[in-house]
Amino acid sequence: MSTVIVMDPGRVSVTDAARKLIEQLKKTYGPIMFHQSGGCCDGSAPMCFQVGEFKLGGVDEKVGEIAGCEFWMDREQFKLWAHTRWTVDVVPGRGASFSLEAPLNMRFLIRSSLCAVPTAKADP
Amino acid sequence: MSPTSSAQARQPSSQPAAGPIKESGAFTAHLKTIERKIALRSQYENFIGGEWVAPVKGGYFDNISPTTGQVICRIARSQAEDVERAIDAAHAAADKWGRTAVAERARILNRVADRIEEYLPFLAAVETYDNGKPIRETNLADLPLAVDHFRYFASCVRAQEGSLGELDDDTVAYHYHEPLGVVGQIIPWNFPILMATWKLAPALAAGNAVVIKPAEQTPMSLLVLAELVQDILPPGVLNIVNGFGLEAGKPLASNPRIAKIAFTGETTTGRLIMQYASENIIPVTLELGGKSPNIFFADVMRDEDAFVDKALEGFAMFALNQGEVCTCPSRALVQKPIYERFMERAVKRVEAIRQGDPYEMSTQIGAQASNDQYEKILSYIDIGRKEGAKVLTGGEANKMSGDLAGGYYIKPTVFEGHNKMRVFQEEIFGPVVSVTVFDTPAQALEIANDTLYGLGAGVWTRDINMAYRFGRGIKAGRVWTNCYHAYPAHAAFGGYKKSGIGRETHKMMLDHYQQTKNVLVSYSDKALGFF
Repeated sequence: MSTVIVMDPGRVSVTDAARKLIEQLKKTYGPIMFHQSGGCCDGSAPMCFQVGEFKLGGVDEKVGEIAGCEFWMDREQFKLWAHTRWTVDVVPGRGASFSLEAPLNMRFLIRSSLCAVPTAKADP
Repeated sequence: MSPTSSAQARQPSSQPAAGPIKESGAFTAHLKTIERKIALRSQYENFIGGEWVAPVKGGYFDNISPTTGQVICRIARSQAEDVERAIDAAHAAADKWGRTAVAERARILNRVADRIEEYLPFLAAVETYDNGKPIRETNLADLPLAVDHFRYFASCVRAQEGSLGELDDDTVAYHYHEPLGVVGQIIPWNFPILMATWKLAPALAAGNAVVIKPAEQTPMSLLVLAELVQDILPPGVLNIVNGFGLEAGKPLASNPRIAKIAFTGETTTGRLIMQYASENIIPVTLELGGKSPNIFFADVMRDEDAFVDKALEGFAMFALNQGEVCTCPSRALVQKPIYERFMERAVKRVEAIRQGDPYEMSTQIGAQASNDQYEKILSYIDIGRKEGAKVLTGGEANKMSGDLAGGYYIKPTVFEGHNKMRVFQEEIFGPVVSVTVFDTPAQALEIANDTLYGLGAGVWTRDINMAYRFGRGIKAGRVWTNCYHAYPAHAAFGGYKKSGIGRETHKMMLDHYQQTKNVLVSYSDKALGFF
């Protein structure tokens, strides 16, 4: 699929509950950021780190900003998500990751809505 | 000492408690049916140097059973100091363990296997309590496989030999296998004992001492296992440190005193683990999941026989372990001529899956492992609907009653759509399969490989040539052919692409936990004559 990435300033938003948790984490840790994960277990969930903890690379794309925090994602993964908009929410739980909120028994979660209908190429 | 960030020091020392410890009535009733068991503790410390060691800072966290949503015990909430203590114990034991004769190491691993087998129904019950998966699965799969993996690596290490190369008449190159020393392992929550075993059995067989961190969602069962084998394993050979990723996982993964780190989880944390390993220049093995295609060719339905039934079971395998399997066949590709007929029967087969009380032997799937996992799966069912995927069955939570009302149950769900939808591209880690149709084999292969991942795949056909071409053509570490979800110790498991690095299971895992030592010997008195 030849996906053209259209940067959408409104692509990533945040719920009030998640914003509150982000503000709490900033007080404890200072500047923080998000990187969207993929794969097994706690994959497909956003990971929250202190700025500088997770080394961003040329493969990553900054896809938005929430509550003053940058939200990043692997570019190849982003292409597959590009037809959706995301709201960062929070639910009780802890996951099993290095994400900053886990010890608080909270876990960030992505809720999605559609901004473009995905098109199939090969498969009907 | 490992680098401890100032943020860690600022971490709160305790967290909000989820409530008092409350035993599940169903679990207690089930335990009564089991003969060989030990008492469960209301609080588990770290297992370091063969002893129970309280966390240095004294913090604990609540362990919740996903079957009921209730707190079932408290677990040590370790920090960098505890990890250092565990690594100290491992270093104190590593040299002697590495020099222990392989026959003796194998004997000890076989005794561990025997002990697990002796207490199998009990450990299976605890695993179900901790993880939420049905007792049918822990009794018939998780624990028997764990037993067999210990025995398999006990055998492998005895059969392993180095090599010698005769370079010329009086020069010989000897190659020895040497243990790495102290290794770190971080395991996931979907098969807590079995995934620990996949990593522990080869590492211990190869002569390493281990510091292992269970997942904070399912920390209990491995600690119960440790208590059962406490008298068998030499102190310090196995050390279990519990806690959260940032607080305990990072000090382990980034520690300059480990010789290797092995991790199973997701891609972002996988990158973080590699990043830490790169600082210390140590090897990593990573298993990071997949989005495995399960391909059904038209000839599957050529005859009405046992094979059709097997293939339909193979389709329904996406619901095994509530879909919480890295190789969950979460994409099904069905060839056009049989699509309608096959799907009609496949959906019926899925609807016949018995979900319910995990302690009933007839229950086939139980609860998701945690509330956040449950919420994430529901969010993906929502995305699928918004993307226009059609729900053929399921598509919602399964509300249970009584003791299980607070548990995290989701109905097996079949989506129909196309491969560009997010429900076809992202690992949901729930009982959700996304089905699409294909015309030609070329199209099937294109769809199968159109994914960021490459861990598993399934191919179902009566045509041996087609099976071979797909077995080789799919870019994934394991292609189950006319079967699915078999996890023998004797077959290598691991990923292509973003599914990870390295392999697990199979004797090749000894290499993943060993150094190669070359001793190059001249048996000649003559100088080279070069200087």
